[in-house]
Amino acid sequence: MSSRDADVLVLGGGLVGTAVAYGLARLGQRVLVLDEGDIAHRASRGNFGLVWVQSKGFGVPEYQRWTRRSADDWADFSAELLSETGVASGHERPGGVTICLNEEELERRRKRMEQLHLEAGETQFQYEMLNPAELKKLIPAIGPEVVGASFTPYDGHANPLYTLRALHAALLKHGGRYQPNARVTAVDARPGDFRVSAGGHSYAAPKVVLAAGLGNKELGAMVGLNVPVRPVRGQIIVTERMQPVLPMPTLMIRQTVEGTIMIGESREESGFDDTTSPEIVHTLAQRAVKTFPFLRHARIVRSWGALRVMSTDGLPVYEQSVQFPGAFVCTCHSGVTLAAAHARHYARYVVEGALPAELARFSTGRFNVQAAA
Amino acid sequence: MFKLLPESNPLAPAVTVVVNGRSVAVPQGCSAAAAMLMHGGGSTRTTPVSGEARAPYCMMGLCYECLMEIDGEPNQQGCLVIVREGMHINPQLGKPGVKP
Repeated sequence: MSSRDADVLVLGGGLVGTAVAYGLARLGQRVLVLDEGDIAHRASRGNFGLVWVQSKGFGVPEYQRWTRRSADDWADFSAELLSETGVASGHERPGGVTICLNEEELERRRKRMEQLHLEAGETQFQYEMLNPAELKKLIPAIGPEVVGASFTPYDGHANPLYTLRALHAALLKHGGRYQPNARVTAVDARPGDFRVSAGGHSYAAPKVVLAAGLGNKELGAMVGLNVPVRPVRGQIIVTERMQPVLPMPTLMIRQTVEGTIMIGESREESGFDDTTSPEIVHTLAQRAVKTFPFLRHARIVRSWGALRVMSTDGLPVYEQSVQFPGAFVCTCHSGVTLAAAHARHYARYVVEGALPAELARFSTGRFNVQAAA
Repeated sequence: MFKLLPESNPLAPAVTVVVNGRSVAVPQGCSAAAAMLMHGGGSTRTTPVSGEARAPYCMMGLCYECLMEIDGEPNQQGCLVIVREGMHINPQLGKPGVKP
């Protein structure tokens, strides 16, 4: 047996990788995170920061339950990160709303919420459809074009950058190691024995966790895992800091604890182009002003694009390689929402050496079904 | 704390502006930031981050330390706005509020 550099190598140092790595280190594992350089796509640095339940898992109750479990864990998880590192994630869970600007949107939303409610099973899913007067009581700043909204108490938000910083600090505190500028170029895989070449060095461990976002597609192929993820661009606008005016996040617009207002939720297939476009920024701003007319006076300080890590069906991908046991993949487009579940549960499954039946729905077998002619 | 340079024209016609609610005369052509420095209380804003007091620094449009509320409009760079008769100039305290 060769000398081993770690019990687990985690490939990827974003929200997903560091959440799993921190969870592993907390369970006493020797962990080494190999992270690409700053040329990486870095979805964790560009995302919107919702801890969001009310749009996850239509027709896939397993996803609704997994999301809910993480959202339910988040407050405790955030408190734990604060006490471990002194870094506040900015997490709040005041509930959240999805605001509709016409009857068609509202009807679609009503159906979606009914579906989540029916599919929730024992988890239960309580929601309310609010008319404008009811919504105005929750968020007085809504404009006259708002026709209604869905509300659940499960939704919230956090600062993704502080969360990432806290996860890094907590990982190091528990003896984990972080190696930047270590883009993985090759994996020599054998069952329970992996040699990973990265940044001119080779690292050996009995387990690897693929948590490299869009990089998982290429890395998966090295360990016998089919991970069909593609970039889906989102563009975000952020305003100057303003007095508190939005007491809870909405799907598209949220006010951070610092006071800035973030406007987002666009979706585009733009390959690896993570720039912004005037058309999308215009559309986002227009919808934001219709929703909250006061934003007409707000100064925009910045806008940016970021690439979501999207699987073919939008669900996370969790699996242990059959060909090379010990190799796990952990990828999703909700790195903030699922951070608590990744740190607390996924990490434990990696230590135990098997993913539970409740995650079977997220295995890669689902991608091998042939399309009907 | 601040006074006009000796080479400034003492005969320049005066403009009346309202600084911090008080009517004052300032030389025509001077900036809102200068008017505030001449007749305000030293600091012209507090930062939205820490609440610390700040005052104009570069006086040429670059540093954004002179943000103030001019005629009810927040976030104005006072050093780039030339005074007009009757202009209301107020400090900007913390984060701008939300106008209905």
